[in-house]
Amino acid sequence: MGKTIIAEDASLENKRKKKELRPLKLSGLEPLIITPESNFVNVGERTNVAGSKKFLRLINEGKFEEALAIAREQVDGGAQIIDVNMDDGLIEGKEVMVKFLNLIVAEPDIARVPIMIDSSKWEIIEAGLQVVQGKCVVNSISLKEGEEEFIAQAKKVKRYGAAVIVMAFDEVGQADNFQRRIEIAQRSYDILTKQVKFPPEDIIFDLNIFPVATGMEEHRRNSIDFIDAVRWVKENLPHCSLSGGVSNVSFSFRGNNPVREAMHSVFLYHAIKAGMNIGIVNPALLDVYDNIPKDLLDHVEDVILDRRDDATERLLTFAEHVVGTERENKVDLSWREKPLQDRITHALVKGIDAYILEDIEIARQEAAQPIEVIEGHLMTGMNVVGDLFGSGKMFLPQVVKSARVMKKAVAYLLPYIEEAKAPQPPKGEQYWKTADPMLYGLMKDLAKKLRYNNPTHTETILWNCLSNKQLEGFKFRRQHIIGGYIADFVCLKERLIVEIDGLVHELPENKMKDEERTKWLKEHGFRVVRFTNDQVLSNLENVLQEIAQELQKAPPSGAGGAGKILLATVKGDVHDIGKNIVSVVLACNNYEIIDLGVMVPPEKIIETAKKENVDVIGLSGLITPSLDEMVFLAKEMQQQDFSVPLLIGGATTSKAHTAVKIDTQYKSAVVHVNDASRAVTVVGNLLKENTRRKYMDDLKEEYEVFRENFLKRGKVKDYLSIEDARENKFKIDWKNTNITKPNKAGIHVMEDFDIRKLEEFIDWTPFFRSWELHGKYPAILTDEVVGEQATILFKDAQLQLKKILDEKLLTAKAVYGIFPANTVDDDDIEIQYEDHSEEKKLRFRTLRQQTKKYKGKPNFALSDFIAPKETGIQDYIGCFCVTTGFGTQEMADQFEKDLDDYNSIMVKALSDRLAEAFAEYLHKQVRIDEWGYAPDENLSNEELIKETYKGIRPAPGYPACPDHLEKPSIWEVLKVEETIGVKLTDSLAMWPASSVSGYYFANPEARYFGVGKITEDQVKDFAERKEIPLETATKWLSPNIAD
Amino acid sequence: MSKIEEILSQKILILDGAMGTMLQEYKFTEEDFRGDRFKDWPTSLRGNNDLLSLTQPEAIAEIHRKYFLAGADIVETNTFSGTTIAMADYQMEELVYELNYESARIAKKVAEELTQENPEKPRFVAGAIGPTNKTASMSPDVNDPGFRAISFEELKTAYKQQSRALIDGGVDVLLVETVFDTLNAKAALFAIDELKEELNIDIPVMISGTITDASGRTLSGQTAEAFLISISHMDLLSVGFNCALGAKQLTPHLEVLAQKSRFGVSAYPNAGLPNAFGEYDQDAKEMAAQVKEYLEKGLVNILGGCCGTTPAHIKAIAEVAKDYPPRKIKNESEKVLS
Repeated sequence: MGKTIIAEDASLENKRKKKELRPLKLSGLEPLIITPESNFVNVGERTNVAGSKKFLRLINEGKFEEALAIAREQVDGGAQIIDVNMDDGLIEGKEVMVKFLNLIVAEPDIARVPIMIDSSKWEIIEAGLQVVQGKCVVNSISLKEGEEEFIAQAKKVKRYGAAVIVMAFDEVGQADNFQRRIEIAQRSYDILTKQVKFPPEDIIFDLNIFPVATGMEEHRRNSIDFIDAVRWVKENLPHCSLSGGVSNVSFSFRGNNPVREAMHSVFLYHAIKAGMNIGIVNPALLDVYDNIPKDLLDHVEDVILDRRDDATERLLTFAEHVVGTERENKVDLSWREKPLQDRITHALVKGIDAYILEDIEIARQEAAQPIEVIEGHLMTGMNVVGDLFGSGKMFLPQVVKSARVMKKAVAYLLPYIEEAKAPQPPKGEQYWKTADPMLYGLMKDLAKKLRYNNPTHTETILWNCLSNKQLEGFKFRRQHIIGGYIADFVCLKERLIVEIDGLVHELPENKMKDEERTKWLKEHGFRVVRFTNDQVLSNLENVLQEIAQELQKAPPSGAGGAGKILLATVKGDVHDIGKNIVSVVLACNNYEIIDLGVMVPPEKIIETAKKENVDVIGLSGLITPSLDEMVFLAKEMQQQDFSVPLLIGGATTSKAHTAVKIDTQYKSAVVHVNDASRAVTVVGNLLKENTRRKYMDDLKEEYEVFRENFLKRGKVKDYLSIEDARENKFKIDWKNTNITKPNKAGIHVMEDFDIRKLEEFIDWTPFFRSWELHGKYPAILTDEVVGEQATILFKDAQLQLKKILDEKLLTAKAVYGIFPANTVDDDDIEIQYEDHSEEKKLRFRTLRQQTKKYKGKPNFALSDFIAPKETGIQDYIGCFCVTTGFGTQEMADQFEKDLDDYNSIMVKALSDRLAEAFAEYLHKQVRIDEWGYAPDENLSNEELIKETYKGIRPAPGYPACPDHLEKPSIWEVLKVEETIGVKLTDSLAMWPASSVSGYYFANPEARYFGVGKITEDQVKDFAERKEIPLETATKWLSPNIAD
Repeated sequence: MSKIEEILSQKILILDGAMGTMLQEYKFTEEDFRGDRFKDWPTSLRGNNDLLSLTQPEAIAEIHRKYFLAGADIVETNTFSGTTIAMADYQMEELVYELNYESARIAKKVAEELTQENPEKPRFVAGAIGPTNKTASMSPDVNDPGFRAISFEELKTAYKQQSRALIDGGVDVLLVETVFDTLNAKAALFAIDELKEELNIDIPVMISGTITDASGRTLSGQTAEAFLISISHMDLLSVGFNCALGAKQLTPHLEVLAQKSRFGVSAYPNAGLPNAFGEYDQDAKEMAAQVKEYLEKGLVNILGGCCGTTPAHIKAIAEVAKDYPPRKIKNESEKVLS
């Protein structure tokens, strides 16, 4: 519907068009809509062989999986579009482009964003367009080869339904000044919109970003011309977008990243203001504009904006100096020259504890009150930490280090604070601390009058009993000014106010005022108890007793601290790394933490919560029985009329379980918190006075909706009866199976195993995950987002590990055995073992998959991997328990005592890794030697982690055998507790926590699988087989029972 | 502006219901499918519904007529599987042109007859272009996610051939339907656009995707809005959804289209969700009641039925729809910000 405009003023037409909203719409699996209000759109550039050496190498080596990981990191890291470029002389561009895009399309977490198909060869672009369903961006076309080709390509782009980047390039060459840029842009725009009828909103101009500060006179205006041209295009060519590859601008400063980063930021700052809305930027090479030191900023802006003739020389000279400081950074103590607050903030943000006590002492001497150092200097610094963490600019290990510095500082100050709190004459600082300075003068007079001239009879009686620390040693003051009020009596240390209401209080007007005053005082962290004249006169005993009781309770939080939070790992569970991290992060945010540790019985949680008057309770658990414990606790809290919000976290917990099982038991708020950074926001919302009510109501509603949706979710799965599932078992051709008789039968114990042998067996990826750094080792060390922190963390871990290994701080022990075994009655494995040289038999019970399978897919149970008795073939099974946990708690305790949570968590995380490594090591020994069914195996650690070996070692509590109830059987057979001292808790968790137990299956057909959901009939059958009550079986298997 | 575009702005157009459901009632045997012409064909032909346009043309015409009489403004040609790709199962690639051409002709003839009987209510034929049985952006092999069973070029060629035959046979509009992989649809649109240029004609195009499950995404993983953006580069008569879900389940996805699309919006859902035996048992009354929600919310311009629907369903839907104005199609001027 092309309309010709004849007489209409062109600029008016442009204005009209500009008012029209025609956003650039792109799509992957999800839409990306870029409007004038959108923030700058960052295009991920790491999947570009020209831009990333690593990506080029991976593509050259055909390592597409790893190359995909780079794409995924880009998207996870916030890239809204990903640029894919395969232009390299050694690569079959077209073929590789298609292959890589096909792989990307198969990954929903990558393919959700639109793709920029980047090539200088049209055939590669077209091949790319043919394999992507979403609306892509073509990068790029231009007038370089003339109008004909330009039009032909643009038409095709339109037909494929893509947006296009148009380079400022024509038959003459690349546009390199303002005039040429706008001429080519105008010409391209006209051809596209008029001849090709290309939608203007689908045009993205790249006006060529060229290096500045090259020393060549003609390059001086490279960046300012670009910026001016961007502004012109935005003004004159309606609806189009502007993009560019930013790193070009700083090309002449290769090798000097601080200067390059500053140049990128300055350039972008001005280009975005002019109208550039899309860009290819490496976020790792970008400083925050506001963070660029003033002098560097000036020098850089001179160059970018071409403000001085000598700008380049000046920046070059200055840059040498910037390089210098950068190199010396390791021992750079220039921050020590800064003002006190800056030094303290620096120490907290960087986690440096070397100078903190020195600085804190200076702060203390300057402060009127030692507490002010915490509330002032330290909180200021921690707020910076909190903001950086909250906005994803700091990572967990850094925050934990910050907390270490904070704790040291606080510990240093505590004695001074206690001293300051000690009773003092009723004058001076304490007054100032509680009184409103504005009202102080006025109030003082009134207080004096009340105190000396006008005490009521009742007040005198009570004062006689409270003065001079008569009441259990608590110091009370009379007619004390707090804010704008005068309290009758107050114990400042315990923040308890006692008010005596005379007749006058009974008047409605006064009641209102009392309520208002109580509310104000409570908000400021005071508790208020009220008595009437009558009570004091007729029953002084009772009044005093009540005051004394009130004093025993802990003071409410909220005055200095943000709130009091109780954290505990529930009864029967021993894992606490995650909980400790949450604890540290919350403490960093000014919350008071009461950490009850691990295996905490419910009574203790409830009792402490009451006594300490906590604001939030957080429960953690790693093994499935802990889920039940949490449900129980919620019920109990409801029965006791608690209204404290409940946080649920830990590996087996889920929003679904929380919503369906826990939330329904407790009327107040229940929140599932899956990571430490979220905990801060959640607790903040739960405790913020003015929003908490709404937040809690919203939570309740959210969980209700979630619950309803969960319960009626999707299609109901079909299940087979247990009989039918057994019919469809996995069948091994036993006649043609070679079963290896174990070289060493019976039970073996390894005590005091040389822990140094385990180092090479460590799988590091989960270690990083426990610190909330996500990515695979070793790639994570060079990751753009978390690489730096991962490297630092890894270095610290190596140090700690070396210490553990060299000084043998942890003890590794193992017990294992291989036994004759056969499958009986389908799902049981019967073994023969010796107990005090007596032949005994015992059955391991296995669970069988019951979901209906596609034709030809069996319903697995572990028993399928052992020869059935009726075959007459003697088969074998192994079981084991390893631990590296002896010594862990002691080390962690020592670190905690030294206020070093960072290393305390580190030790536990390392100890867990060592236990897994030990399990890996022992399994290998068993395969090669002890059992010897794979004597020639030669696998690298990577292959071990990928589980490419023959045979499996499933662990009770994990997917192939999700019930923990078989653990006691392993303990019985191996005498685990007697031999190596690893115990089972009530919930069948292993103690020490860093332990691994499981079975060995040698059959080459044996594989890992997940039992998934099972139905009632199997539960009943299981209970009968195991000779336990159905309720017991139901309780233990409940996470696996289908609804 | 073509006739159909003109009417689209005035009323809700009614599309027909399921062809397959109606054909089942004839209980055609293998012999019926073969007819005389294909009695020695090497493959089994029962189930090749498209072939019935050649071997049982009266039945096809009768079904079209029933739908028109029930109140449909548009019927779809019996060509859901009319591509060389889908016909490969029956070794009938060579017959693709004829199948489409004849199917279009049969439908067009019935349409013309009825238009003549009642010129007040002109009847139209939509050339149905199915998704084929292969997907261009997914691998059929879970172990080889980079593999593709069909290429864009192959799809484009097949779609071009089908579209050409449908146009030659006289269809008024082309309907790219039951799109489960947007890339397949883009190949069809590409082919049609080329064809329009080559033949120098302008034929309206409708496109209808399918949301396969409760996740609210197409089989190839796109959200409704992403799907819309991916196919909006061509001027379309309408964009919409059909199949897979019942009328009720389709509502939220139609709302997205209704809000964001600059084209007409169409919907032709199934007669509810299939029961345990894979049958559709929602009756006409119930379906019409659910469709009413679309009308009250002003979501659609074109309405019809897919799997399980019959002339009774279409009659009931036409009955409710006649009292409602069509969804207002935003034209360019209304997009100007105030």
